[in-house]
Amino acid sequence: MALEELYREVILDHYRNPRNKGQLDTPDATAQGVNPLCGDEISIEIRYDGDVVSDVAVVGQGCSISQSSASMMTEAIKGKTKAEIEDLVDKFRTMMSLDESDDTGLDPERPGSVLGDLEALQGVRQYPVRIKCASLGWNTLMEALESS
Amino acid sequence: MTDLSYLKDDFPVLDDGVHFLDSGASSQKPIPVLEAMDNFARTSYANVHRGAYKLSVASTDAYEAARRRVAEFIGSSTDDEVVFTRGATTALNTVAFGWGLENLGEDDIILSTEMEHHANLVPWQMVAKRTGATLDHIPVTEDHRLDMDAYAEKLVPRVKVVAVTGMSNVLGTMPDIPTIAEMAHAVGARVVVDAAQLVPHAPVDVQELGADFVAFSSHKMLGPTGIGVLWGRMDALEETEPFEGGGEMISEVSLHDATWAPIPHRFEAGTPPIIEAVGLHAAIDYLDSIGMEKIFQHDQELTAIALERLGDVPGVTIQGPNDLDRRGGVVSMTMDGIHAHDLATILDEQNVAVRAGHHCAKPLMKCLGVAATARASFYVYNEEADIDALVAGLRRAGELFGVN
Repeated sequence: MALEELYREVILDHYRNPRNKGQLDTPDATAQGVNPLCGDEISIEIRYDGDVVSDVAVVGQGCSISQSSASMMTEAIKGKTKAEIEDLVDKFRTMMSLDESDDTGLDPERPGSVLGDLEALQGVRQYPVRIKCASLGWNTLMEALESS
Repeated sequence: MTDLSYLKDDFPVLDDGVHFLDSGASSQKPIPVLEAMDNFARTSYANVHRGAYKLSVASTDAYEAARRRVAEFIGSSTDDEVVFTRGATTALNTVAFGWGLENLGEDDIILSTEMEHHANLVPWQMVAKRTGATLDHIPVTEDHRLDMDAYAEKLVPRVKVVAVTGMSNVLGTMPDIPTIAEMAHAVGARVVVDAAQLVPHAPVDVQELGADFVAFSSHKMLGPTGIGVLWGRMDALEETEPFEGGGEMISEVSLHDATWAPIPHRFEAGTPPIIEAVGLHAAIDYLDSIGMEKIFQHDQELTAIALERLGDVPGVTIQGPNDLDRRGGVVSMTMDGIHAHDLATILDEQNVAVRAGHHCAKPLMKCLGVAATARASFYVYNEEADIDALVAGLRRAGELFGVN
């Protein structure tokens, strides 16, 4: 696979300009994720309005895959309920599944229809050692959700 | 340019054209090493030291011949000062726990450095916690060398041990061990050298080095995994308690007590890595047939080329000394706007194998102000073409990420 398929422009854009970067004044839930093997870090803060994630902020450092994935994730979860987010996490994990025979859960006819910009990360599946990079933010998100 | 290209055919793993630049993590194995282990296992293998039959005698002879070969290779005054371990990490843990727990207390200082691999840092943290000793560190200068002025200041009489690398696995820096050891001995401190990068790449004579303990691994010097060496000066080994108990390391055993076998066997509990010792022996023969001076020279020539060419790649910063003075063939780099992991993935697509990350030296990364580096490290099978491929790969990364 061409490297251009892995490093798509949308990924590089989120890497260079991470969305929802920073910290919240009064977060309802927080979690920190580290990949001890490579040193990538993500810290997530969430604010709820009822059952809806009304605001989210991320601070992190690491490779383009881990940081862009977290950035896109923040855009995807804002305004969604916990149940909707859990569904999104399931879809993301399916897309990242290591087993190539597994269905990605995506619709090749309509790119972006299932996971939006996040579908740009599907190329990561071809680079198994990098899947943990793409997953770091999501695993950290699940910790934050479960802590609240 | 020192020509070692005639060696390349000895390394079958390189046949597919991979530009292997990760020997600092582990080296490839030449055919003579593979054959030596294979022949030994086919003809002479049995457990050592306890069989009354011919195969065991042959195996014991081979194992002890490997010890003699190591002793000769590093200039040990006696074979008994060579302890076989599982690797450099176990060797360093043997010193930290075997010597440290016995000889350190609340009033003592363990002096390490900011450029240590975790293997010469974390065991001392553990021992400091158990003994109440204080752990202090010699800083790294702006030009990525050990700060010898700070060392002189920190080297107070309370310092009982100085734990220092012989060659940084991140920076390539080679601290001046003879001077460090002389200064340490003047205050009565022991000196422990992590020589995992040094012994494979430069001529080492433990008498000239002047340290009390020297640790290294076979797998970084063309030998197999699973075996390493702790060399200890006899009086230092005599101060050391066995770190593991078991078979082979005892003299007398009752239900409640045991006495130790003589040095070095008391530090080799259990069945040792016998086939691996034969492999290490062959690896040393192989290295000596090239010549360690020549190997160091070859590494340095490649380093000089790398430092020059990498300096021309937009955005690349070398994390390590920019000259060849006391410097080995390890070149760490960062590239503006591209994380080291992304660099490694892109380079891999060009068949260039480098390591990316913190290289088991997280405190040093913090010192350098970087989260990770990409590291190219050289050995006997590398050549200028590998650096050309590295440079081309970095330029490709720059194009992809738009940082040119």
